[in-house]
Amino acid sequence: MAVLDLKRKLTILSDAAKHDASCASSGGEKRNSLGGRGVGSTEGMGICHAYAPDGRCISLLKILLTNFCIYDCAYCVNRVSSNTPRARFSVEEVVDLTLGFYKRNYIEGLFLSSGIIQSADYTMEALVRVARTLRQAHDFRGYIHLKLIPEASPELVAEAGLWADRVSINIELPRDESLAALAPEKDLSGIKRSMGKVRLAIDEAGAPARKAAAPRYAPAGQSTQMIVGADEASDGEILARSATLYGAYGLRRVYYSAFSPIPDAAAALPPTRPPLMREHRLYQADWLMRFYGFEREEIAGPGENLDLAVDPKLAWALRNRAAFPVDLNAADRERLLRVPGLGVKSVDKLIEVRRYKRLRLEDVKRAAPSLEKLKPFIVVEDWTPGGLTDRADLRARLSPPPEQLSLF
Amino acid sequence: MRLVRLASEIDFDGWRRAARALRTACVPPEDVVWTVDGEGDLFAAGEPAPEAGAPAFTAPRDFVELAQNAILHRSDERLALMYRVLWRLGTEPCLMRIVTDPDVARLRELAKNVDKAAHKMKAFVRFRLVSDPDQPETYAAWFEPAHRVTEKVAPFFARRFANMRFSILTPDVCVHWDGERLGVSPGADPADAPARDSLEDYWRTYYASIFNPARLNVAQMQKEMPKRYWRNLPEARLIPELIEAAENRTAAMVAQPPSEPTRRIVRQAARVSRDATFDATVPTTLDEVRGGVQVCRRCELYRDATQGVAGEGAKSARLMLVGEQPGDQEDLEGQPFVGPAGKVLDRALEAAGIPREETFVTNAVKHFRHELRGKRRLHKTPDASHVAACRWWLDAERAIVRPRVIVALGATAALSVFGRPMPIGKTRQQALQLPDQAQGVVTYHPSYLLRVPDADAKAKALALFVEDLKFAWKLAG
Repeated sequence: MAVLDLKRKLTILSDAAKHDASCASSGGEKRNSLGGRGVGSTEGMGICHAYAPDGRCISLLKILLTNFCIYDCAYCVNRVSSNTPRARFSVEEVVDLTLGFYKRNYIEGLFLSSGIIQSADYTMEALVRVARTLRQAHDFRGYIHLKLIPEASPELVAEAGLWADRVSINIELPRDESLAALAPEKDLSGIKRSMGKVRLAIDEAGAPARKAAAPRYAPAGQSTQMIVGADEASDGEILARSATLYGAYGLRRVYYSAFSPIPDAAAALPPTRPPLMREHRLYQADWLMRFYGFEREEIAGPGENLDLAVDPKLAWALRNRAAFPVDLNAADRERLLRVPGLGVKSVDKLIEVRRYKRLRLEDVKRAAPSLEKLKPFIVVEDWTPGGLTDRADLRARLSPPPEQLSLF
Repeated sequence: MRLVRLASEIDFDGWRRAARALRTACVPPEDVVWTVDGEGDLFAAGEPAPEAGAPAFTAPRDFVELAQNAILHRSDERLALMYRVLWRLGTEPCLMRIVTDPDVARLRELAKNVDKAAHKMKAFVRFRLVSDPDQPETYAAWFEPAHRVTEKVAPFFARRFANMRFSILTPDVCVHWDGERLGVSPGADPADAPARDSLEDYWRTYYASIFNPARLNVAQMQKEMPKRYWRNLPEARLIPELIEAAENRTAAMVAQPPSEPTRRIVRQAARVSRDATFDATVPTTLDEVRGGVQVCRRCELYRDATQGVAGEGAKSARLMLVGEQPGDQEDLEGQPFVGPAGKVLDRALEAAGIPREETFVTNAVKHFRHELRGKRRLHKTPDASHVAACRWWLDAERAIVRPRVIVALGATAALSVFGRPMPIGKTRQQALQLPDQAQGVVTYHPSYLLRVPDADAKAKALALFVEDLKFAWKLAG
């Protein structure tokens, strides 16, 4: 086999990693390199060091250790049956690239994943070795996110959590049957069992120490990713699966990744343009469930899809007009959070201000950026929407003009 | 007209001294002109500001914090705006809380822009290695911050790169870290920083490869990485060509015919699917039960549960304890009775003098049935249909372990063990004959004991429970 130079390997192995949506470098413990031997700090807030023309944040050096893989997942560019070029980094190459990029302030740290080679343990051991080398040999105190191989032994999974800030295992697809059909070698119950173990380890490490403190475990928590649009699952099903995952495994995030065309696609899964707007709506719905007190059933029933033209909160308000208008001077926080156009920050600002004065439109305008969207749903000192709330054409008035939807 | 001269654009202490004196002397905001040393002498005729005496008032801490940030903004209005808010605080003590007041909103906006500029500086500074073989590893960067945040952000870089020497050069000011302390020098010129770095080519390679052309979204990129920063970002020069090629690359991927997998792969897939087939013959070992519940699809509970939890304990135990179903903890760990109810059971077994390792502990239903309440999974009693579907596994465990006595803990377990509902209060403390030669005993579920509200009743219930366990243990002889 021809020996690839480092730049060629970097091209192949970052291209192979780009379908993983996670790039977070936030959360976890605060630390810096004062008093140490190396470089690195994490101070709670993630930093996006660059943005690619796809608008996505580049925070971490996101690469695969290798894109050789013995699995044949139809949605994946690295599946064994794909004719994509292959490469493999050595542990030292990843360590050197990470430190070189970090010292030039290109990145917050490393997000390392891998195709499965030889066995789950063999692969996991190599991932852990990179993290261990960075932490021990170089006293690297930047961010590390490691992908866990679900079938790897518990000792390796435990060691991964010792070095990494975050660990993740991808659930991949919203339906169990789809995973069996499209990723025949992946074992869903193995994935869930590993997520369960990770949660127990994180809970234990975070519990107030009684006798001996439990070993450190992934202080920035665990996350997962679901591919959207590769199977027939409805948005309602996807959100139900997310809710289950958040509840069972205490995930920090479920990432939704619009199924994106890959070079050399499999016959089982022909390439299409990624459903980006659908992905966006799912994130909005996910937020409503986690921070705005919405139940999943209120947003989308089991077989239902989200409205692509308007955001899910506005869609809910249009279906439930009897709940509006809301008097911003009187309503409690839960009700304010349900007003389309009011975010958590805006709501908190309004609640603070109304302790000192009656809210008027000019106050609302300074606290919330989208006043026009709000007006049909609110009452303040100098404004009532009159019949506006119940107008038949309200949806059309509040939908963005069609050209903005050219985002697919 | 009063004239105030500050020592520099970001001289907050000077501003504070002057503002304190002005307000103490009751000079209204419209009578003050704020300038910075070195600026034009347009108002040279103005009366100098009064000397500061003892402060006659205090400013709220959130004002001071906001003003310390706002003074770093490049806008000329900031100094007067800060004083106007301070002035108004004299008669409106809660002003800072009214974030929709025009002055407060503007001050907050300035401070927010400064915070954003500081954050972007943390993100977009690009160090280059200073090639001097006689020096220890040293880096330098040229950067143009949107606001005057260099000194504010410098400690962040010192914490992050504590063991590295570096300089950040900007048009306003330069900061230098020698491994021990931060030094400051006057503003510099782009030519004072190194012109290139050998790793930048690798960084551009990464930037181009991590970009997904099928998701092109230039507006979003520019919102987060405004063009004003591009000239000092080595990767930014790739942006036009990446955008231009994106549409063709995407169209080519969508248009390509799917590739056929090789024969080797097809054969391998067939083998895997054959090996994974669940074989529905009755399990004859506990390992088969353990493996079987993992792939069991006899009811829908597997969907939302983590794993099937099979029974555990002595292979030929005299006493089998059957609970209802695994809880949150059991679902995650894969073992029965390890959560709160398990702790109660352990205590009761100890009180009854029964070693748990000599018993076999299992559940009527092997998957955790629950409902979500916010982010928490709350126990939900399994339906009769779940119990019926799962009897397959309990019956297998009974046939393999062959216990002399089976204790049904609670109503669900009793339904499974006896095949019909049993009133616990009336049937406890009785030996009931089961068809498979075993004797059945009915008692409460340990989690019932957890829910008894007052301490007295709880102690009583626990005593009854221990009594029942003793009865069963004796029966198992």
